[in-house]
Amino acid sequence: MIDIKSVGYTYETTEYKSKAIDMIDLNIKKGEFVAIIGHNGSGKSTLAKLINGILLPTHGTILVAGLDTKDSELIWEIRKTAGMVFQNPDNQIVATVVEEDVAFGPENLGLPQETIRTRVDESLKQVGMTEYMKKPPHLLSGGQKQRVAIAGILAMKPECIVLDEPTAMLDPVGRNEVMETIERLNKEEGITIVHITHFMEEVIKADRVVVIENGRIIIQGTPKEVFKEVDKLQDMGLDVPQVTLMAHSLRKEGIDVSDEILTVEEMVEELCRLV
Amino acid sequence: MLRDITIGQYYPADSFIHHLDARFKIIVSFLFIISLFMINDFYQYIPVVIFVMLIVKISKVPFKYILKGLKPIMLILIFAFGINIFLTEGEVIFSFWILDITKEGLYQAFFMMMRLIFLITGTSLLTLTTSPIMLTDGLENLLNPFKKIGLPAHELAMMMTIALRFIPTLLKETDKIMKAQMARGADFESGNIFKRAKSLIPLLVPLFISAFRRADELAMAMEARCYRGGENRTRLKTLRYTKKDIIGLIFIGLYIASIIGVKIYL
Amino acid sequence: MSISIKNLTYIYDQGSPFETMALEDVNLEIEKGEFVGLIGHTGSGKSTLIQHMNGLIKPTMGQIIVNGFNITEDKVKLSEIRKKVGLVFQYPEYQLFEETVYKDIAFGPTNLGLDKEEIDIRVRNAMDIVSLDFEEYKEKSPFELSGGQKRRAAIAGVLAMEPEVLILDEPTAGLDPRGRDEILSQIKRLHDEKKITVILVSHSMEDIAKLVDRIIVMHNGKIELTGPKEEVFKHSKRLEEIGLGLPQILYLVNALRAKGIPIDENVIAFDAIKSEILKLVGGKHA
Repeated sequence: MIDIKSVGYTYETTEYKSKAIDMIDLNIKKGEFVAIIGHNGSGKSTLAKLINGILLPTHGTILVAGLDTKDSELIWEIRKTAGMVFQNPDNQIVATVVEEDVAFGPENLGLPQETIRTRVDESLKQVGMTEYMKKPPHLLSGGQKQRVAIAGILAMKPECIVLDEPTAMLDPVGRNEVMETIERLNKEEGITIVHITHFMEEVIKADRVVVIENGRIIIQGTPKEVFKEVDKLQDMGLDVPQVTLMAHSLRKEGIDVSDEILTVEEMVEELCRLV
Repeated sequence: MLRDITIGQYYPADSFIHHLDARFKIIVSFLFIISLFMINDFYQYIPVVIFVMLIVKISKVPFKYILKGLKPIMLILIFAFGINIFLTEGEVIFSFWILDITKEGLYQAFFMMMRLIFLITGTSLLTLTTSPIMLTDGLENLLNPFKKIGLPAHELAMMMTIALRFIPTLLKETDKIMKAQMARGADFESGNIFKRAKSLIPLLVPLFISAFRRADELAMAMEARCYRGGENRTRLKTLRYTKKDIIGLIFIGLYIASIIGVKIYL
Repeated sequence: MSISIKNLTYIYDQGSPFETMALEDVNLEIEKGEFVGLIGHTGSGKSTLIQHMNGLIKPTMGQIIVNGFNITEDKVKLSEIRKKVGLVFQYPEYQLFEETVYKDIAFGPTNLGLDKEEIDIRVRNAMDIVSLDFEEYKEKSPFELSGGQKRRAAIAGVLAMEPEVLILDEPTAGLDPRGRDEILSQIKRLHDEKKITVILVSHSMEDIAKLVDRIIVMHNGKIELTGPKEEVFKHSKRLEEIGLGLPQILYLVNALRAKGIPIDENVIAFDAIKSEILKLVGGKHA
């Protein structure tokens, strides 16, 4: 679905040059749910913008559904295929009515009116926001705004959605709303998800976790594989789920606890076995 | 205070006026403004009062809500009133210090104030009963013929939409920054005009920076959603004149006729 | 007594059709030197409450007394309140406006009418607390700083007013784990060393459990629960009903207890729970 081949990206202004992405190779399969973690400034946001063609790689190539992001004629096709949701819910809603905002993408694609109507209705239904169709966005909660933003992307019928810290500014309730929506889209609609986040409870839901530091991929694998590297992650200043940390520190005390624990249930089972 | 501003706001309701075509309403608003400037005597306001009252009634917008919209322009009203009352020459009926109130001044002041009030009420009725999207679509549509002479109709309409979308967001932000600076001891309310203007810097700088950041992010989000200007763009809703507009047309015709009527016969 | 709130009620837009009760008969006592966590989901009234404590909102009814000083009286000067209570808003970096970090941090003390030398001392101290090197950053534009540094500079701007009570509204929102840990440890150190009263508003139960002594839970404009954190976390059901929760580790403790494994429910610190577990499994494996 997304093929990132030895990609580098350097921000360049007259005053300074900074390497945001330093040789990344990453292949994301269709229908996969990939979580990207790394602290601020690690390059993960740049990577997201490269996939959507907002930025173009200074080195290497990115293929989205086989389309090269550097080909300026394909750019709209790429943006339609890999939609993007941003961090600040306020700064990505264009229109003053929810349904009008969801229609913004399909309108730009020049679709016929009836098609836009069905797509808007379908997308709002998929994110559970149908009843807010006629509401002005500024009256919605943060979680609801992000769901509207997701609906706006869905209305373009993307194969992949890249979400750049969509939950960072939300409260726990809003975060759950957004995560449930993303997971459902991935499981039920088969949409490929690239999710950038700092929240570990979101990361463990992914099929694959990619850890980025200084513009390079440091660790990648299933959540279980990645969270085995507790010390390495903590050195980088990243979080680890508390139960994983507990299992890890018990292991250090010589207790034979599995190093693949991510959830409370798994830890309970493990401890029950030991007691 | 910031909550009081209703100018430019939309009051969603299901009324005959709400369902009229936006283009039609814009044209009517223009005609209404012109009609206000045709009036040159008090009694000629009779059809205007009836017209405005009728529209308010049909539009289902609470009268209180419209009055609230006049609050922020109170200062302008008082100013205009003062200028007229003191600066019009004529028969002095009352005087104090160096100021004379004349009969003509009093007349002129009330007359101008009524014109201003109706001007504001009439135009806010347009925005109160027309969703911003419809309004901008209507404007874009009406301006389309001027595209040939280089008028960027689509861009203007898009700018208006975004402005309307961000007004509540920025008002909320202003309130927040103001409070945050007040928590650091900033004082926005006392001192002379220069001190006050200076005290606005801690509010305006962050507000501008934030507005630019928002604009930047919004532009990126719009591009990510395949926005590339007005070319080949379709719309979820297109404007269509309906039977209602014909009824509206008869109504506005009657209004103009009555204005001309009172001008000639009374 | 640091803060004493009596029968505080606040009604938004009183007399209009949008009238809403934001706070309803809130009574609260906060001891001097306490570290209090204030939690509640969005719209629970916690923001309105903290703005009252800083005099930014005048109560519809009731009183707020800070260190024996009634801040709700009409004739009270606002600058007097600011000296007593410092309030750090959410995303405080969005209020930075000066040309240099120094000037921005000096804004608060200058408004208090302090002399130059005193301001200088305070700016240095505040920058020291948030670990921004004075010489390195004083002349920098606040807009050149990284996200986490901007946040710290903004917090320093409030600290420089040297308040007796410091209120922080989600000081770590939107930061990465490293930035979050830096700020939280600085707040903790400030509390431990200077013995000032701290009220921390947060959505992160992990942070709350780690830092505070006592928790106040707000819901629908009222105080739903209050008490030592160990006590409050015992009401896991109620917390979840009102859109909150527990730190993950306490879900583990609860699940273990439900299975009949005897873990002390008053233990909530990570290391303490670890030793509890070690006591249980260590018996077999030690």
